[in-house]
Amino acid sequence: MSLEVTDLRVSTSDGSPVLHGVSYAIAPGEILALVGESGSGKTTAGLAALGHFRRGLVPVGGAVTVGDTDILALAEPERRALRGRTVAYIPQDPALSLNPSLRIGRQIAEVLEAHGMADDGRVTEVLEEVGLPSDEAYQRRYPHQLSGGQQQRVGIAMAFACRPSVVVLDEPTTGLDVTTQALVLRTIGTLTAEHRVAALYITHDLAVVAQIADRVAVMREGRVVETGTTREVLGHPTHAYTRELLDAVPSLDGVAPAGQAGAPVLAAKDISVSYGDVTVLRDVALTVATGECLMLLGESGSGKTTLSQCLSGLAAHYTGSVELDGVPLPPSTRQRTAAQLRDVQYVFQSPFSSLNPRKTIAQSVELPLTRLTTMDKARRRERVAEMLDRVRLGSALADRLPEQLSGGERQRAAIARALVTTPRVLVCDEVTSALDVSVQATVLDVLNDLRRDLGMAIVFVTHNIALAREIADRIAVLLDGGIAECGPVDDVLSRPSHRYTRELLANTPKL
Amino acid sequence: MTAVEAVEIVDTPDVPIRQPGLFRRAWALPTAKIGTALTAVVVLVAVLGPWLGPVITGYGTTDFAGKPFQHDGIAGTDGIGRDVFTRFLAGGSTLLLYAVLATAIGIVLGAAIGMFAGYSGGRLDSVVMRGNDVLLSLPQLVFALLAIAMIGPQGWLLVTVIGVTHAPRIARVARQATVAVVSNEYIRAAEMYAVPRWRILVGEVLPNITGPLMVELGLRLTYSIGYVASLSFLGLGIQPPSADWGLMINENRIALIVQPWGVLLPVLAIAVLTVGTNLITDSLASAAARKEAR
Repeated sequence: MSLEVTDLRVSTSDGSPVLHGVSYAIAPGEILALVGESGSGKTTAGLAALGHFRRGLVPVGGAVTVGDTDILALAEPERRALRGRTVAYIPQDPALSLNPSLRIGRQIAEVLEAHGMADDGRVTEVLEEVGLPSDEAYQRRYPHQLSGGQQQRVGIAMAFACRPSVVVLDEPTTGLDVTTQALVLRTIGTLTAEHRVAALYITHDLAVVAQIADRVAVMREGRVVETGTTREVLGHPTHAYTRELLDAVPSLDGVAPAGQAGAPVLAAKDISVSYGDVTVLRDVALTVATGECLMLLGESGSGKTTLSQCLSGLAAHYTGSVELDGVPLPPSTRQRTAAQLRDVQYVFQSPFSSLNPRKTIAQSVELPLTRLTTMDKARRRERVAEMLDRVRLGSALADRLPEQLSGGERQRAAIARALVTTPRVLVCDEVTSALDVSVQATVLDVLNDLRRDLGMAIVFVTHNIALAREIADRIAVLLDGGIAECGPVDDVLSRPSHRYTRELLANTPKL
Repeated sequence: MTAVEAVEIVDTPDVPIRQPGLFRRAWALPTAKIGTALTAVVVLVAVLGPWLGPVITGYGTTDFAGKPFQHDGIAGTDGIGRDVFTRFLAGGSTLLLYAVLATAIGIVLGAAIGMFAGYSGGRLDSVVMRGNDVLLSLPQLVFALLAIAMIGPQGWLLVTVIGVTHAPRIARVARQATVAVVSNEYIRAAEMYAVPRWRILVGEVLPNITGPLMVELGLRLTYSIGYVASLSFLGLGIQPPSADWGLMINENRIALIVQPWGVLLPVLAIAVLTVGTNLITDSLASAAARKEAR
């Protein structure tokens, strides 16, 4: 059966339109990617295929047809009977979508029972299909005993258990590392082809689209602005917005922004950290020079965040030393002098938790000045305005609260806070991982400008090797608490010496 | 290789909207309006009463208006012939003042202990909160009775004892809220700029736990009114010949059938006041919960 959405209109309950007549169609065995940034309406348009609308949203026109049934014409109980059996959903976060207190075999069987289907070895069958062990012992595991990638594959197994005709995937690989992502994408591709399922893949990641989708629909402000085969849309985009999205995708080809590397400014020597028996970092050494950007690449658990916190004085329990201009820094920020604190600044991962929700942007950005300088109030205000301007935030945003800003704006405000004391070293911890691709491009742009203009050294911590050419001069690859490989971007990307780096490069999706 | 990256994706709306504050959201609920109306009536009586009483009835609180338990004037006389209505109007202010002061002491002390424990974490947190649990095991009213029996029925003692016994209860709530706030990166940021601990608590943590604290404030105020009135009723709070609602109930209960007003008026006032503050608390609690669910 195919899925067809025609002229779908959705409004909020107070009447302002969210979708202005969205249409798309998916044939059996085909994968359509629904692409757009946060707020474009792609999730609303995608969930409509399940006959589901988020609280506060109501469909006001159009049709959602699966086979011959118009889902929107059905009553809620009938829609519910359809969900899972005919139309299945694979959510974003596998950890949240599985019941933590049910064994996985039981959870899959429950889907079948809910739709009155007998097990007949179907649980074993779908587990094998998604490439997981299907033996009794594995089925008796709890979700927390699986890795993130395995959890997501269990989620996929649950979705495919009733042999649905339509599957809606809501960014199912966000949060997985590239190697796992590649595996999950292959599983999805095989299953949809094998079972002739019409699959809708909601995402903002065009590189993933290039890997998995047959056709693409680009959404913006509640409208589909461009649609076509993946090759056409990504190869010859006709709409300006699609081109904009494509330009924002980080590329591993091309030339890295050349920084003017000067004298070494920050050096870490033999840093080791362990919590009890667990060693997080083992004799790590690295240096970064003025005007240089060092990319610290590693997956979660590699110790990259711990290392960056050691550099900035947020994790004090390490052995070894961090030196600024050859002078060892005290391990804790409470012991560092104001000048040392001014010189090494840190930008946090999540702009949604790094700004106090009860303080205005200006108050948050002013904090380092109040604490670390002797500037008077007028001078501080002036400096804050100057910094907000530098990160391209208008002065109108200065007196707003964080909740009135978008994610990208908040992250730029957080960068402004770190820059307001004109640091010589900026440590950025996964600063773009919570942001859309297009917003990520703006933030990287801002960082590159600042580096060029101010000659700042940047330590850019990330798990995403695709950003290398966009920002870094050198890469240090962190693996299991040690540096596996370190060198100029060109060398590491063209002649990776470590197996892990080669694997990362091979699995990173490209346009 | 198959680890999940700790990445947070939040779907932000196109135009982020400023959420109205806690009080505004609570005010939108009918319970808040009813509660405020009920509370306002009693508070007005209690605050203006001491001046209005003699004007309306022509008697002071200790003047003899007639013989015992008669139906003279607006609400009759009490056991020794004093005017009940005058004494009713005058009898709420001390009760209200004591209840408010006790609640204030409890909130300040409890919030301080809770925020300190929640922010410190680790062993210090455990020690403080287990000590807190020991205090929690003492019944409030019994503890107050003990203290007053030992030192004597004095206003400052009443206020202090009720306030101090509120503190461990408030501390639990404050600690829980603080722990959730402390995990945020803006607390790390403040630490990075070497902001002193107490300023992190007051400047960064406190504004983010006002929701639960306001709910506690309302709840503890309701309890305080009950405790002050109960202790006065038992003869351990405000002492005769002062006019006080709790005391009046005790003095006049022997004539409940003959001259019910001496008991009914203060009982009604206390009931309406506690129901009113409780409704306000309820509305604050649901407004705070809605914010979290968002």
